[in-house]
Amino acid sequence: MASRDNEEKRNLSLGGHVGFDSLPDQLVSKSVTQGFCFNILCVGETGIGKSTLMNTLFNTMFENEEASHYQNGVYLRPRTYDLQESNVHLKLTIVDTVGFGDQINKEDSYKPIVDYIDTQFENYLQEELKIKRSLFNYHDTRIHICLYFIAPTGHSLKSLDLVTMKKLDSKVNIIPIIAKADTISKSELHKFKIKIMSELVSNGVQIYQFPTDDEAVSEINASMNAHLPFAVVGSVEEVKVGNKTVRARQYPWGVVQVENESHCDFVKLREMLIRVNMEDLREQTHARHYELYRRCKLEEMGFKDTDPDSQPFSLQETYEAKRKEFLGDLQRKEEEMRQMFVNKVKETEAELKEKERELHEKFEQLKRMHQDEKRKVEEKRKELEDEMNAFNRRKVACETLSSQPLKKDKDKKK
Amino acid sequence: MSSSEVLAGEAEGNGGIMGQQKNLEGYVGFANLPNQVYRKSVKRGFEFTLMVVGESGLGKSTLINSLFLTDLYSPEYPGPSHRIKKTVQVEQSQVLIKEGGVHLLLTIVDTPGFGDAVDNSNCWQPVTDYIDNKFEDFLNSESRVNRRLMPDSRVHCCLYFIAPSGHGLKPLDIEFMKRLHEKVNVIPLIAKADTMTPEECQQFKKQIMKEIHEHKIKIYDFPETDNEEEMKMIRKIKDRLPLAVVGSNTIIEVNGKRVRGRQYPWGVAEVENGDHCDFTILRNMLIRTHMQDLKDVTNNVHYENYRSRKLAAVTYNGVDNNKNKGQLTKSPLAQMEEERREHVAKMKKMEQEMEQVFDMKVKEKIQKLQDSEVELQKRHEQMKKNLQAQYKELEEKRRQFEEEVNTWETHQRILEQQKLELNRTIDKGKKKKIF
Repeated sequence: MASRDNEEKRNLSLGGHVGFDSLPDQLVSKSVTQGFCFNILCVGETGIGKSTLMNTLFNTMFENEEASHYQNGVYLRPRTYDLQESNVHLKLTIVDTVGFGDQINKEDSYKPIVDYIDTQFENYLQEELKIKRSLFNYHDTRIHICLYFIAPTGHSLKSLDLVTMKKLDSKVNIIPIIAKADTISKSELHKFKIKIMSELVSNGVQIYQFPTDDEAVSEINASMNAHLPFAVVGSVEEVKVGNKTVRARQYPWGVVQVENESHCDFVKLREMLIRVNMEDLREQTHARHYELYRRCKLEEMGFKDTDPDSQPFSLQETYEAKRKEFLGDLQRKEEEMRQMFVNKVKETEAELKEKERELHEKFEQLKRMHQDEKRKVEEKRKELEDEMNAFNRRKVACETLSSQPLKKDKDKKK
Repeated sequence: MSSSEVLAGEAEGNGGIMGQQKNLEGYVGFANLPNQVYRKSVKRGFEFTLMVVGESGLGKSTLINSLFLTDLYSPEYPGPSHRIKKTVQVEQSQVLIKEGGVHLLLTIVDTPGFGDAVDNSNCWQPVTDYIDNKFEDFLNSESRVNRRLMPDSRVHCCLYFIAPSGHGLKPLDIEFMKRLHEKVNVIPLIAKADTMTPEECQQFKKQIMKEIHEHKIKIYDFPETDNEEEMKMIRKIKDRLPLAVVGSNTIIEVNGKRVRGRQYPWGVAEVENGDHCDFTILRNMLIRTHMQDLKDVTNNVHYENYRSRKLAAVTYNGVDNNKNKGQLTKSPLAQMEEERREHVAKMKKMEQEMEQVFDMKVKEKIQKLQDSEVELQKRHEQMKKNLQAQYKELEEKRRQFEEEVNTWETHQRILEQQKLELNRTIDKGKKKKIF
């Protein structure tokens, strides 16, 4: 069975309208029927305006209890909403970081965030690796964008910001934004933005760049890249300005209008995030960040693409090799345990033998002592016997002696 | 598993997790998302692999050229019927075509020699092998650690050409479709439809569909849509299955119009005339409306079937398949993970048991030692006691002896005394007598 694989691809011209120019429409109509999914992670200190900004961006009141400053640690709170605009269904998940920046020791603050992102990747990977899987049906919870809220100090980034963003930049698309931008004046803001960007660059933090490879949007994306980080103001209250009612914040000295581009960059953020680059954010998450996670995870588990001879593995070979290795590993562990036991037994046997020997020695010693004592007793007995014998002899001698004189007397008297 | 079942799942939308319904109070802008998707897809370009199968001379090459309005098959690149082979070959040719800014990489796979031999047993084997190989390639590239752009060379659609005998399906037709309907989207076509009258064609179609149902062959099915109009059209198409087509490479003038057609002495059979044949329906369905769906069904149904069968074989290598039937959702890795956990539990148990036996034995030994110690101690005590008793006895004897000695000595002394006294008295007497 041959197949002409090295044939060149011919460029042919068409003699009329075939109709495959409807392919993008077919694709789009499919995805509209399926619905879209978008997941936003908001990282920022308590009270910095995350919830308000989300409400403002999506023109709706997502319910949020205000968080307290006394959380023990950072925890993530995801909430999913079904939104619809004309015929487009969007399943939006907003993940809030509760308690971020509130603890005295913030060394581990980034960990729950990284763990959450990794868990979503892991879930997707597990689904992808299943034998019977349904990826087209899968609710994608991977984070497509991380909005990092920078406090409007006007000076520079906090070390917590740098540390956190550095830990996140290889896992998620980051767009840094300056929150509560209505507390900074224009000139301060300009300096602040420059300082932030230079700090990010000098610390090697990779933030999301709006793509400039598509001619339709490259110009606007390029110009927006220059306005990062976006200085935003959020508000759900409406104020009457002139003869219009706009969303704004009312101060004694004036009204800060959210959608006024000379007041803040809210419109730019909305444009970039939602209207122009939403699909690119999803694509980058899948094609770059997820692939990186997947690659690291598989390498960790010992998978390789080629064997030492540079022959590519087929999936079957890979799994079989892995399985053999795995079974060998289990076998080895079993052996090890048995060996350990054998050693233990030997050791203990030696110990006990030692004890036995000691016991015997002790009793040998006692026996010897006993023998000694016995001998002594024997000696003493002998002594006594000798004495008794000696005495008896004496007695006998004496008696023999004493009986004679009495006989003489008797004889005399007669 | 028809594609309509697949889409029923899709319509449920994103895995079934219901979020809160929220109404927006103003224009947000994500309605622009479809446009973003559109742009990106145009930039990426499209691919499509079409397989054509049928005996020689059924007009396959002509039909392809007519469908795509281009000389895919030409004297330099002859069609399958002109490439006579001894055995069935599976060959592909790729062309790049552009229309309205959309780039399509079209791969046409044909099977010269199919059905042409005297003995056609297993002539479908090279075809199924080819399809499986493409699935295998995709599976391997999808499973690599370093994944790059994965070219999709899987077969998205198979046009099967039925000879216009007018009677019914041949055994080869049935056998082939049965072998392939679960690997690829099969669209059966009646070739050279201009050899039958409309009534004959109608009859033929009925017969074919009857036989297809009898043999439970699953040909490509159109997905359900919510759109009423679309559904109406789909129902009309379904009534005319299988599509009877005519192809032509020549353009003829009919009533002032230039059309593709076949010139006969009795008239012109127009390719694009809906009354003459179903070519337009085929083209619209295959290219203009359902090309994407054909790709999706290949990806979500046929490929997934292949993949799960392949992976199940790898995972449960040597393990009894029956007890694992309900566990096919696990990946081989998860399976290994579970085996590892089981093994750890088993080892723990084994360790515990060994520990128990060990402890017991040690206890026994120690007990024996202790007993022996106690025994020895007792004996030693006993001996000591004996000795002490002997000592005591000796002491007593000595005491008695000494007492005896003392008594005797005292007695002796008294005797002595007495003797002395007696002697003194005698001496005294003696002395007296002398006087």
